Amino acid sequence: MAKGDKIRVLIAKPGLDGHDRGAKVVARALRDAGMEVIYTGIRQTPEMIVESALQEDVDVIGVSILSGAHMELIPLILDGLKKKGLEKVKLLAGGIIPEEDCAALRKIGVVKTFGPGTSVKEIIDAVKRAASPRK
Amino acid sequence: MSTRTRRTKKEWEETTLKPALKRYPEREARFETVSGIEVDALYTPEDMPDFDYERDLGYPGQYPFTRGVQPNTYRGRVWTMRQYSGYATAEESNRRYRYLMKHGQTGLSVAFDLPTQMGYDSDHLLARGEVGKVGVPICTLADMEALFKGIPLDKVSTSMTINATAPILLAFYIAVAKKQGVDISRLDGTVQNDILKEYIARGTYIFPPRPSMRLITDVFRYCTEHLPSWNTISISGYHMREAGATAVQELAFTFANAIEYVQAAVSAGLDVDSFAGRLSFFFVSHNNLFEEAAKFRAARRIWAKIMREHFGAKNPRSWMLRFHTQTAGVTLTAQQPENNVVRATVQSLAAILGGTQSLHTCSKDEALSLPSEEAVQLSLRTQQVLAHESGVTETVDPLAGSYYVEHLTNTLERETNKYLKRIEDLGGATAAIEKGFQQREIQESSYRFQKDVESGKHVIVGINKYTSPYPPMKGLFKLDPAEIRKQIEGLNRVRKERDKARVEAGLAMLEKAARGTENTMPIFVECAEAYATIGEMCDVLRGVFGAQREFLVF
Repeated sequence: MAKGDKIRVLIAKPGLDGHDRGAKVVARALRDAGMEVIYTGIRQTPEMIVESALQEDVDVIGVSILSGAHMELIPLILDGLKKKGLEKVKLLAGGIIPEEDCAALRKIGVVKTFGPGTSVKEIIDAVKRAASPRK
Repeated sequence: MSTRTRRTKKEWEETTLKPALKRYPEREARFETVSGIEVDALYTPEDMPDFDYERDLGYPGQYPFTRGVQPNTYRGRVWTMRQYSGYATAEESNRRYRYLMKHGQTGLSVAFDLPTQMGYDSDHLLARGEVGKVGVPICTLADMEALFKGIPLDKVSTSMTINATAPILLAFYIAVAKKQGVDISRLDGTVQNDILKEYIARGTYIFPPRPSMRLITDVFRYCTEHLPSWNTISISGYHMREAGATAVQELAFTFANAIEYVQAAVSAGLDVDSFAGRLSFFFVSHNNLFEEAAKFRAARRIWAKIMREHFGAKNPRSWMLRFHTQTAGVTLTAQQPENNVVRATVQSLAAILGGTQSLHTCSKDEALSLPSEEAVQLSLRTQQVLAHESGVTETVDPLAGSYYVEHLTNTLERETNKYLKRIEDLGGATAAIEKGFQQREIQESSYRFQKDVESGKHVIVGINKYTSPYPPMKGLFKLDPAEIRKQIEGLNRVRKERDKARVEAGLAMLEKAARGTENTMPIFVECAEAYATIGEMCDVLRGVFGAQREFLVF
């Protein structure tokens, strides 16, 4: 893919949850770490997120969900990525996600999950690792 | 006094403090509150140079209410213990309410799920995954009847955290009361009904600001006539603070919004004293004990001045700031979760020292899930211990006269007023929101805070200091997916059994009122009684008012 060296990341808020503090802090921290960051804003459907990932040609998607809708919405995003042939795009998830759900999400293809108290440094490192095979 | 103090303080600094600092340097170059207000080593009368007791503090129950809105505060009755809850279905939530009341809770506080807050029925495509998660789903009057089954509405006060759809949920509540045979003029409770802060933080707005303000004014007018004891709005700083605002921003953005609501109602022809006494507020109680206690004191004084000086309200009730407090969810940690009990205790204490009218104490497991029954009971017990064992309730405003607390109270008031001036210069709260002003200010504060956490400048026990392995938390709350199916089955049953003609007639009336100027509240009540769904009513309004997109994304 012909583009710059910068890692391209989509930060997305799926569902109806408006708690965007974490998403915005992460988006800004990734940008400060030298990445190209696109933030979708709140209330995105899984379909909208897949479409943005396609349009923006991103390496990584980070979704933030605090409402408990992760087990319904994240699989829909993964399915959508597959349907559009975007299997190479890595999906990371943060928010209030119980440990057993984290395990289930990793099984279906989520690269990494982040709970409360995660440092942004840890997230930056994980995004870099997730994007590295493509670079 | 102050010249003498200045001299003696200088002497103390030279002869006593400086030699000590040589041997024991201070931990920080600059000490500050979590909101960034600088804190000196010592406060003396010098820090309150123009202090005038009668003017600045006065007496509780009297202007400017710095010391409280009730003459004897908690000596008559302690604050209302009101734990926010709701999940799964109306039946399940009803069970939790009865449990809490059995354990001594004195007021109800309803959490609605996101589809209900956004005006979608439980089976709407956009409700996927969200039904019953952060609150109870209420689609029709039938759900509301189940929610309050066996709870006589003339015997409880009910707070409902609902904003864009507040008039609809209030209409459901009124309809339940009528079915219970309760005189609706006796209803006691609160709807949050604060849409402006939703554009700034939290995000559950549906319509653009102008029609939203009109719906709010409709509620003010209707309640003035029919529900005289109802708090028609709970103007909230809580969510903005949780999104990252400082204490000063919390106060300033809340009061800027409050000014906008009062102005809208006055412009719509309401006499300020006819509704101002029913305005209520909602603040967070965060970690810094003294800053928070001072914040509540400053808030009362700021509001009293706004209402008397700016709006010319004549009735002392209109000057009184009454508020609910919740401890800071954002301070809860998933790591070493038992520490959260201690945090919530300190925060609850700050709210009580600040004279709150009602309180929710967050539970230790809430960084991970909705609270379990056991964790909520501990939160309630925390309040009960503070109320009955700590002794802090026995005198009014016990921190008054503390040089430090009065200094903080004055500083918070002064800094809040500076922000209010900036927002006024931008054209008021709504215009500032449209420009993304408050959103950007909060983003800056939250990013600064996160950087301070990352650098270790701001210590969070168990996160960036004193970390230790901890076992995964046991007994976390879990939602049963079967409950969600039940919700949708129930909704379909109501749709089948109701009088369709009456629903259609109600929705047609609603459309007409929305397009015109007729008060929408009585029509919401008619639609509710016809078993129209929240989604149907909001679809009508979306058709007339349009939908609002996020003002400032990033």
